[in-house]
Amino acid sequence: MSNGPLPSARPALSWLWRMAWRDSRRSRSRLLLFVSAIVLGIAALVGIRGFGDNLSRSIDEQARELVGADLVLSGSAPFDSTLAPTLRQLGQNRSDEVAFASLVQFPKGQGVRLAQIKALNGSFPYYGEWLTEPAAAVTDFRQAMTSREQVALVDDALLVQFAARPGDSIRVGRLTFRIAGRVRKTPGQSGFSAAVAPTVFIPSQFLPATGLMQRGSRVQYRTYYQFAPGTDVEAVVKRLEARLDKVNINSDTVAERKRQTGRSFTDLTRFLNLVAFVALLLGCVGVASAVSLYVREKVASVAILRCLGASGSQAMLIYLVQIAAMGLVGATIGAALGTAVQLLLPRLFAGFLPVTVAVAVSWSAVAQGLVTGVVVAVLFALLPLLSIRRVSPLRTLRAAYEEDTARPDPLRVVVYGLIVLFITGFAYLQTREWKQAVSFAGGLLVTFFVLAGLGQGLRLLVRRFYPTSWSYVWRQGLANLYRPNNQTLLLTVSIGLGVFLMATLSLLQGLLLSRVQISASDGQPNMVLFDIQPAQRAGVTQLLTSRKLPILQQVPVVTMRLAAINGQRTADLKKDTTNGLSKGALSREYRVTYRNKLISSETLAEGLAPYLPPDGTPRISVDTDFLRRMKLRLGDTLTFNVQGAPLATIIGGTRTVDWTRVQTNFQVVFPAGVLEPAPQFLVLMTRVPNNTVLGAVQRDLVQNFPNVSAIDLGLVLQTLDDILSKISFVIQFMAFFSIATGLVVVVSSVIVSRYQRVQESVLLRTLGASRRQILRITLVEYALLGLLAAVAGLVLAVGAAWALAYFLFEVPFLPAVGPLLVLAAVTTTLTALIGLFNSRDVLTRPPLEVLRGEA
Amino acid sequence: MLSLSKHLYRHSQFNEAVEMLRQAQHDGSYGLLKYILSDSPLPLTLAGATCLFVLTVENLTKSYTSGGRTLTVLESVSFALQAQDTFAIVGPSGSGKTTLLGLCAGLDRASSGSVSLNGIVLDNLNEDQRAAVRNEHVGFIFQNFQLLPTLTALENVLVPLELRGVRNGTRTAEELLERVGLAGRGHHYPTQLSGGEQQRVSLARAFVNRPKILFADEPTGNLDADTSARVVELLFELNREAGTTLVLVTHDLELAARTQRIVRIKGGAMLSDTRTAPAAVSSSATL
Ligand SMILES: Nc1ncnc2c1ncn2[C@@H]1O[C@H](COP(=O)(O)OP(=O)(O)OP(=O)(O)O)[C@@H](O)[C@H]1O
Ligand SMILES: [Mg+2]
Repeated sequence: MSNGPLPSARPALSWLWRMAWRDSRRSRSRLLLFVSAIVLGIAALVGIRGFGDNLSRSIDEQARELVGADLVLSGSAPFDSTLAPTLRQLGQNRSDEVAFASLVQFPKGQGVRLAQIKALNGSFPYYGEWLTEPAAAVTDFRQAMTSREQVALVDDALLVQFAARPGDSIRVGRLTFRIAGRVRKTPGQSGFSAAVAPTVFIPSQFLPATGLMQRGSRVQYRTYYQFAPGTDVEAVVKRLEARLDKVNINSDTVAERKRQTGRSFTDLTRFLNLVAFVALLLGCVGVASAVSLYVREKVASVAILRCLGASGSQAMLIYLVQIAAMGLVGATIGAALGTAVQLLLPRLFAGFLPVTVAVAVSWSAVAQGLVTGVVVAVLFALLPLLSIRRVSPLRTLRAAYEEDTARPDPLRVVVYGLIVLFITGFAYLQTREWKQAVSFAGGLLVTFFVLAGLGQGLRLLVRRFYPTSWSYVWRQGLANLYRPNNQTLLLTVSIGLGVFLMATLSLLQGLLLSRVQISASDGQPNMVLFDIQPAQRAGVTQLLTSRKLPILQQVPVVTMRLAAINGQRTADLKKDTTNGLSKGALSREYRVTYRNKLISSETLAEGLAPYLPPDGTPRISVDTDFLRRMKLRLGDTLTFNVQGAPLATIIGGTRTVDWTRVQTNFQVVFPAGVLEPAPQFLVLMTRVPNNTVLGAVQRDLVQNFPNVSAIDLGLVLQTLDDILSKISFVIQFMAFFSIATGLVVVVSSVIVSRYQRVQESVLLRTLGASRRQILRITLVEYALLGLLAAVAGLVLAVGAAWALAYFLFEVPFLPAVGPLLVLAAVTTTLTALIGLFNSRDVLTRPPLEVLRGEA
Repeated sequence: MLSLSKHLYRHSQFNEAVEMLRQAQHDGSYGLLKYILSDSPLPLTLAGATCLFVLTVENLTKSYTSGGRTLTVLESVSFALQAQDTFAIVGPSGSGKTTLLGLCAGLDRASSGSVSLNGIVLDNLNEDQRAAVRNEHVGFIFQNFQLLPTLTALENVLVPLELRGVRNGTRTAEELLERVGLAGRGHHYPTQLSGGEQQRVSLARAFVNRPKILFADEPTGNLDADTSARVVELLFELNREAGTTLVLVTHDLELAARTQRIVRIKGGAMLSDTRTAPAAVSSSATL
């Protein structure tokens, strides 16, 4: 059969824009409502990304100030004398530092506290500003290094605690120093570490006279170098590396510090990014559900356009253009809001960031936010929009013409694929781990299908067991769940997904925060004495018992390093970059205790508690995490270097350790009978009833045993608590974005769905239904939907959180039921309330007006 | 009685002519020549040969299957319309008028049989191709107006032109609006217009792309008598001016009588196909 020429004239692309613009005129506020769902998600993304950008740029710029020198060498023993000539020739300038913890005393107010003592010579810091008050204090301090004046610089936190001022004196060991100034900021030290362990700087020539240096004390030796500008410090270090390693000297360069600092904060920003992404996904659900209701409404218009000769894809493009434009608007608002958040975040994080984060608008984050916003709006709107292509022009002649949905739409499959790809890809970008990204997307997919199944199931169930004997209101409300044009599936999925994501996040947040919480309860020790030399043991015990203080724990500690694993020397293992073992774990100093049984904060995981078999090789017990990180197995041989003497051991068992308990916890525990002769110190734990006793004990200690340190755990716990609450605030702040978005989604889904029901309600009203009846019909419908969606979302969330707890965090999971029930109640109520609010039109306006309008 | 009329129709001369035209379309001019040589009453030029008939409907059958049962709502309907014909389809409610109109306009697919519009066979075209044919050759008027609610009157009239890629159709559209007596109302939205005004806008829209054929399904069904009369008047006037073929579905026999040809259908089958007296064309319908 032949054909005449087919018309080929096509409208210009600009026509689509024009139509999109015209059509949007009367529904712009609603279109904006759709995309309002993505505003907060984009804001969170842009905020976090921008902050991350600024942070890494600031780290780059300030890394040198962060270190304060070009190279830092450090070790836990005085540097080996064989290296001395070489080390002396390095760089142009040099500064030595000896650091250790000790109690200090403010004679004026009788205050005693544990502080970090740093004995310093030379003119460190070479880069960055040493902020003191008065500013001249630094010069004072440096002059004191050559004169014999006893001058100290003291961290602000310490002075504030004891209400001391520059000019007062401070007692460090046997010497008393004049406080030359208060230190506001030291290069290389964050506000955080200054708060936990405030520092007292003294010129190093006074160190011996303080009498604080004793064998077994934990001391850090550092040398800071300044090189001629342009020197390749990394290369210098590379040449020396082998020799430094041999004598356990660590090196830290500016470049290295950049990498490390960057890495630890990438983890943080990645986590927050994922949280932001969840907010965005919620928004996407909102877009998809709002658009699909919008499309239902536009079907009549599409049919007319088709009748007049528009092709299916043209009709779809008109609406796609609208959504894309609104997506851009939403993303722009989101990006602006996100930029504001980003400028705010440095303040939230202030205190535990090592650098001052520049507050500059990150245009790359803004651009990324805009693109992401438009892409997700289009991608998720496409699903419902695709059905426009299938709208038959026959609808113009026959109102209730049923679309044939039998033919599968290949494009729909493509869009589903793209969405899955997008979610997985984005999750990968955040976590950098395929397994996690795939589980993330997979979990969402499962949730989606379960919810869709539930919605479908509800529809079928109500239809199958329709209660014909119930009152009219109930019957009508229930029938609304399955009659043509019902919104059961849509609302179940969108509200359910919203509740699911919100609840999972809040459960996860609880999980994370509980992990870092410290369980400080009554009866637990609140004071730790350490660095007690074996010879001082009796004296210190006597000191405590004379004040009727209990000795809750008494633990010997021996320091050692790993020398070999299964016969392979750690020096070799460090060179092999492929084995995945961290350099730090191989070269760090281990503090080890010895006993033959486990204590209350430990549980046996595998094998046995530490013991010494007749063969003489000690069977040690290691922490399960340590075992995993070091890629070890039961029966492996670890050779330790115990202050010069090699000691071979076999891993005889593993323990899980509850690190949140106030205990002396150890990664490695030896059996009794091996380490007793080794140089060691003792840790004592006690509980003091109040601060007066605490102060008295500290004073006694400073007088009689100046090298013994006493930590006020209450103070440490409080400082930690401060920091943790800051972190949890940041997490909650981000979670807020998700929850707010979730609410927007629920609200907009229900608001948009109103256009489905108004016509019917008006008809009922015309037929004589009372206000009350209509309200109650609406209530039954929406409350049922809200309840089903909320409960389903919550059950799924508990499942997801359990899976995360079990597989990812490996902690026991006990959901807090209370908040979840509140969330369920709030969601149900909100859904019903908005549903009712929607019907106000029907109730307040005359039916005719509504029928004539375009509602 | 019904089957007899069907039988008669099938063997009518008209049907033969249609067959020959299809042959002509199929294998070039040979069949066409044969047709020209026969004593056809139709005016025929070679140039207009392919669009000799603006609408050809042949053995059109439509049935719906639901719940395993087949319901035939239209059975073996055939006819052909010349250019500038005015044509009415009448019949009782449920007889299949709308179904037939929908098939003729390519809005729906027949179960069997064939439709060609202006020489273009619709049967094997996909939805988008048929949409393009509609845009090029077809105008519509509906019982419930079917204006796009989000567009102003003027923009509604412009849509068919813009779909064609015509860039500056505003003047044409404004002229047509003026022609239907709505000058100055172009910026109003459909909800701001009365039913009669809306129908006049849709008249302007129907004629704006100078269609070869205009389909109207109960164009006055929703209007009162006076308004109907005015709309009908306009419809026939515009139709005459533009030389459009008109297909009208109506209950209103008086309205039907104003066309040149009336097809009666009942229960999905054609009962009769009669020509009306030419005089009726000029008479105006009043109540
Ligand atoms: N989708 C469908 N499925 C089944 N039957 C249908 C369908 N659409 C139409 N019909 C039936 O086809 C028959 C013809 O319908 P149609 O709308 O063409 O009638 P009509 O002549 O236009 O009637 P009216 O004058 O009332 O508009 C009717 O009996 C109708 O029930
Ligand atoms: Mg009809």
